[in-house]
Amino acid sequence: MKRLSGFYLLAIAVAALPFIFPDNYFVTVVGVSAGLHAILAVSLNLLMGYAGQISLGHAAFFGMGAYTSAILTTRYGWNPWPTILVGAAFTGVVAYLVARPILKLKGHYLAMATLGLGIIVHIVIVQMGWLTGGPDGLGSIPSLSIFGWEVDSDERWYIVIGTLLMLVVWLALNIIDSRSGRALRGLHGSEVAAEMMGIDTAATKTGVFVLAALIASVAGSIFAHQQAFVSPDSFSFFFSIELVTMVVLGGMASTYGAVLGAIILTFLPELLVVFEDYEVMIFGGILMGMMIFLPQGLFIGLQELLRKLTRPKKTPATPVAEKKESSHGAA
Amino acid sequence: MALLDVKDLTISFGGVTAIADLHFEVPESQVYAVIGPNGAGKTTLFNMLSGIYKPNEGSIRFQGKEIVGRRPHQVAKMGVSRTFQNLQMFFNMSVLDNVKVGCHLRTHSHLWSAALRLPNILKEERQSQAWAREALIFCGLEAYIDQPADALPYGVLKRVEIARALAAQPKLLLMDEPAAGLNDTETVEMRELIRRISKTGISVLLVEHNMGLVMQVSDRILVIDYGSRLAEGLPEEIQNNPKVIEAYLGGEVQYAV
Repeated sequence: MKRLSGFYLLAIAVAALPFIFPDNYFVTVVGVSAGLHAILAVSLNLLMGYAGQISLGHAAFFGMGAYTSAILTTRYGWNPWPTILVGAAFTGVVAYLVARPILKLKGHYLAMATLGLGIIVHIVIVQMGWLTGGPDGLGSIPSLSIFGWEVDSDERWYIVIGTLLMLVVWLALNIIDSRSGRALRGLHGSEVAAEMMGIDTAATKTGVFVLAALIASVAGSIFAHQQAFVSPDSFSFFFSIELVTMVVLGGMASTYGAVLGAIILTFLPELLVVFEDYEVMIFGGILMGMMIFLPQGLFIGLQELLRKLTRPKKTPATPVAEKKESSHGAA
Repeated sequence: MALLDVKDLTISFGGVTAIADLHFEVPESQVYAVIGPNGAGKTTLFNMLSGIYKPNEGSIRFQGKEIVGRRPHQVAKMGVSRTFQNLQMFFNMSVLDNVKVGCHLRTHSHLWSAALRLPNILKEERQSQAWAREALIFCGLEAYIDQPADALPYGVLKRVEIARALAAQPKLLLMDEPAAGLNDTETVEMRELIRRISKTGISVLLVEHNMGLVMQVSDRILVIDYGSRLAEGLPEEIQNNPKVIEAYLGGEVQYAV
């Protein structure tokens, strides 16, 4: 199964890390956070990288899932599992209702509209203090329990989120390599040509928007149960921008690229802590450098570098056709 | 009954009438050409035929069913496919995937079943693959099947667009200037391709500036000028029509200052 070889490699890496580095802060704490970010980046990449519809409000859907779970478990005493489903259903309906009008817009206008959506959701969370706890957030959210197996340690959360990440990556890879995935990529390439091939572009955009929102919502619910605490800060405009950066940095239209972008953007600040006051400056510098030298994104950039290193003499200058091929891989 | 029956078609953009009161009929299994000087309204006509523009007045009936008021993907579903004057390639995909998009209407899986890769998806993928290959081979593109679309020369891309349109198995193929920008050899290949398409029973509606090509492949020709019907008939009738000659070469009056 060549199509999924990257998936198996990633699965092995995710499974092996805790054994290679047992009790490591970077694996079980930062790693869990990177995993959640990767789930979000993969979902946003379906919308942005493949279908070409930018969203600066993806954190809103993440927040809706998180708050639905937080509110239902803490205020109404629900079991965590159904709250994930209710959150997804709620988020899906909201996404569906806003999708049609919003996705008629293109480019900058779409960016503005999704930005507005993100800000509105953030304001609603802050203002509806009687329900959401306002700026102080909501605490003591119960943890998950899987048939009596309490997800109560960092290691266990790593297992849950690692599994969920692999599931989401698998779904994304499946979609891209199908009729629906080609419809997404087609409307990115040329909307008018896609329509003429019989693709209902409005419905296709709505579909991928809702799907991305559903995944973000589930990630949000998991986040709420894992952190045991939610506050509006986690779902702000800045987080939406960070998600977009992950997708662009990793490489648009590449599922593995989105995962890589999420991992790097989560780990980099942790590693730069040693620079103290200069942390943010160096962080910004690294991002700029990556975009200047690897404009197609890290994943494709690294693939090409690897190719050059593995067979340097045969083709000193990579032919154009071959070079571009990598950007169209099913990944 | 004609395959395509256009009546009283009128469209204007901000007071400028692009097509006025146009009528014509395209018979089954023929190559029907629409010619006219630049700006005569040919591409506007195509955009109405494919549902991209909505005419102010008139009707477009395809196999007796009205096209006006339908969106392009619905028109495509009726059996109309097209190529574009300015390439509308999916440059973010391979040649094969471009043409597989053409199979969209012949396959039916949904986002959700694709996400879970249910067994029907595998079958559908094999099927689309075979159909797309078939269309590519028909257009003489077997050498380019696995290439990315953005690395190919213009002449090849023109044919990939045709293969993509054919993969949808249309009854009517709208071709907007298929020979524009092609060299002589490629134009000859294009002529043969149009003939081959026509032989399979697909009707072709052709907009083209290369008169040699138009005269060689067309069964009938419609001439429009300033959005109106100037003449219609067999190629030899059109060639000898004084009104057509005047429109193309400029009337004597205009130059007799």
